[in-house]
Amino acid sequence: MALDPKKHEMPTQAPEVRAHNFNEVALGYTEEMAVAEAQRCLNCKNMPCVAGCPVNVNIPGFISRIKEKDYEGAILIISRTSTLPAVCGRVCPQETQCESKCTMGIKFEPVGIGRLERFVADWYNSQEEKPVLPIEPNGHRVAVVGSGPSGLTCAGDLARLGYKVTVFEALHTAGGVLVYGIPEFRLPKAIVAQEVETLKKNGVDIETNVVIGKTLTIDELFEMGYEAVFIGSGAGLPNFMNIPGESLKGVYSANEFLTRSNLMKAYRDNPVTPIMKGGKVAVVGGGNVAMDAARTALRLGAEKVYIVYRRSMDELPARREEVEHAMEEGIDFRLLNNPVEILGYNNPDDPRDPKNGFVTGMRCIRMELGEPDAKGRRRPVPIPGSEFTLDVDTVIMAIGTSPNPLIKNTTAGLEVNKHGGIIVNEAGLTSREGVYAGGDAVTGAATVISAMGAGKTAAKAIDEYLSKK
Amino acid sequence: MYRIASKKALNPTVTQMEIVSPLVAKKAKPGQFIILRVDEEGERIPLTVAGTDPEKGTVKIIFQIVGATTEKLNHKEEGEFIQDFVGPLGVATHTEGIKKVCIVGGGVGCAIAMPVAQEFHRLGAEVTSIIGFRNKDLLILEDEFRECSDRLVVMTDDGSYARHGNVTVPLKEMLEAGEKFDMIITIGPLIMMKFVTLTAKPFGVPVTVSMNPIMIDGTGMCGGCRLTLNRDGERITKFACVDGPDFNGYEVDFDEAMSRGRMYFDFERKAHEETCNLFKKA
Repeated sequence: MALDPKKHEMPTQAPEVRAHNFNEVALGYTEEMAVAEAQRCLNCKNMPCVAGCPVNVNIPGFISRIKEKDYEGAILIISRTSTLPAVCGRVCPQETQCESKCTMGIKFEPVGIGRLERFVADWYNSQEEKPVLPIEPNGHRVAVVGSGPSGLTCAGDLARLGYKVTVFEALHTAGGVLVYGIPEFRLPKAIVAQEVETLKKNGVDIETNVVIGKTLTIDELFEMGYEAVFIGSGAGLPNFMNIPGESLKGVYSANEFLTRSNLMKAYRDNPVTPIMKGGKVAVVGGGNVAMDAARTALRLGAEKVYIVYRRSMDELPARREEVEHAMEEGIDFRLLNNPVEILGYNNPDDPRDPKNGFVTGMRCIRMELGEPDAKGRRRPVPIPGSEFTLDVDTVIMAIGTSPNPLIKNTTAGLEVNKHGGIIVNEAGLTSREGVYAGGDAVTGAATVISAMGAGKTAAKAIDEYLSKK
Repeated sequence: MYRIASKKALNPTVTQMEIVSPLVAKKAKPGQFIILRVDEEGERIPLTVAGTDPEKGTVKIIFQIVGATTEKLNHKEEGEFIQDFVGPLGVATHTEGIKKVCIVGGGVGCAIAMPVAQEFHRLGAEVTSIIGFRNKDLLILEDEFRECSDRLVVMTDDGSYARHGNVTVPLKEMLEAGEKFDMIITIGPLIMMKFVTLTAKPFGVPVTVSMNPIMIDGTGMCGGCRLTLNRDGERITKFACVDGPDFNGYEVDFDEAMSRGRMYFDFERKAHEETCNLFKKA
């Protein structure tokens, strides 16, 4: 049988349509497409793709089941190692992970592994009678701090092994960055809610409105009878550039802008939580969060949205697919540009003018790439005299975060690095016995799947630790 | 869901509630705050803790009906439930080494100032309280302040009750008369806290102000509550939710904070009107 050299395209909403709604951009494979795509898998013996997956999903295994239209078999294989397949199938950077290792990819396009995973997970979520995993309780209790990707993965893996797990979430909804950060059009909140429901069915308790480090401390969790703790509290405070004008009205951190839109539903008509809609928007930064913020601003009705990034397209850290989607939707990429000041309205004759203090523009300077820095990325250097003003009324800073201090400040003996990230060994163990950590709380801002990998590693280490106890 | 154990109107626009939340009741200290949502679709609003009863597991909140959310909250009755209640957030007011304190409260800010005054009283400090209101109808907590203060001065802007004038008037008189406070703690409208700070400045008395900016998560994630401090010639960004809400009054950029506080003024006024109309129809 001749192999199709190209991946089967996944249907998407047309750019001109989706730019004005919050519905999911990618629509997923139909059954026919999924089976046809599965046929492209060569079922290699050495399974290079599995090594490329941070949670080591048995990829050829589940794809073989799709070929046979045995979707229940496929989900059971994925579920052995992955807790959140419907999420991973949507937000993992497969092109740099599993798919980058695919044998098909040497000569042709790799197999659409992410799209197939998504298909299987969505099939599972649409079933009324869901296959359940058999679980034998082992009597041990573990606390997980944070219900983002690392925490949910750690909780899911431990629950499967028979642990009684309680997840403590600071916000009012479980999901962490999956609900407050990643927008509806990229990851529908109903999908996250379904994945959380599956965990609950497997015996995981989720306590919302509990801030560890404030409501309860790590030490108190041990006093309450938890025998191990996993900290997956996520990224923390947003970074700003420390340029003049960052406190003007209309300047947001990406965290705030996305939280208002996603978690607090400001994207709906007549929201209770306000957000600045429309006008001209500049998003500063080049990561996935910057793409999410820019595309959210567009959907909120902005007439013009810029991505302002100080390096060039080659260095842009966002997933390729997100960049392409953003460009198709009409986001204007201002590369090799760096903000130097945000300008605000000021009526000298009327200090009570309601327009005072709102953003009117952003001064930028053009950059060129100089010598490579320590990480090998070419360092951007300002071109003298090249300043110009970008006419905008909203500025969104998407330039990373610094770890949240709440747990560090209230947990004696928990060591952190100079950036505030929790220090762990290769198994995820911190400087405190029985306390493990992973995800952005350790690494600083990174990806959903790397956080899931860390949650998985820690779950394994916690199991070994408590089995010996 | 969190049950409303009691509800009491302190004046026509200010309501006191006790909410059942045993974990918060056990932990909360004066100066800290909570975040609540009234219902499933509601916004998150921060309110400072006005007292706790760890045995009953209740937390006292006092709020002014200023917007859509406080309007909805005020329509909840004793025995009913609110959706979310999380805390205690922020850093508690520092009390160490302060033997003689002046608490200056304004309007509904007095609800936050009261537990701070009570705490200093409990610790054996000499407490002077100056509390100010727009008029007699808006006066709250006079008896509570009298109980925990060695000296209490009540002011009204229009002279309809007690002494006529702003809270800065008696403060200035005391400082001019040679009162040596270890600390002035002021809680109320930004403009009042700014002028309390300016009044104290010539006398070199330290001033702590309690900031109440717009917040969403309240746990150090969104950065919406940021404010600027002027320290040693540098401008430093701080986050009220994790670094505050208390700050050194001499460092705070009040004008910027006032401007940021008005960011959604039109939106909020409209939302409040719409909510009021809904309740009128019902």
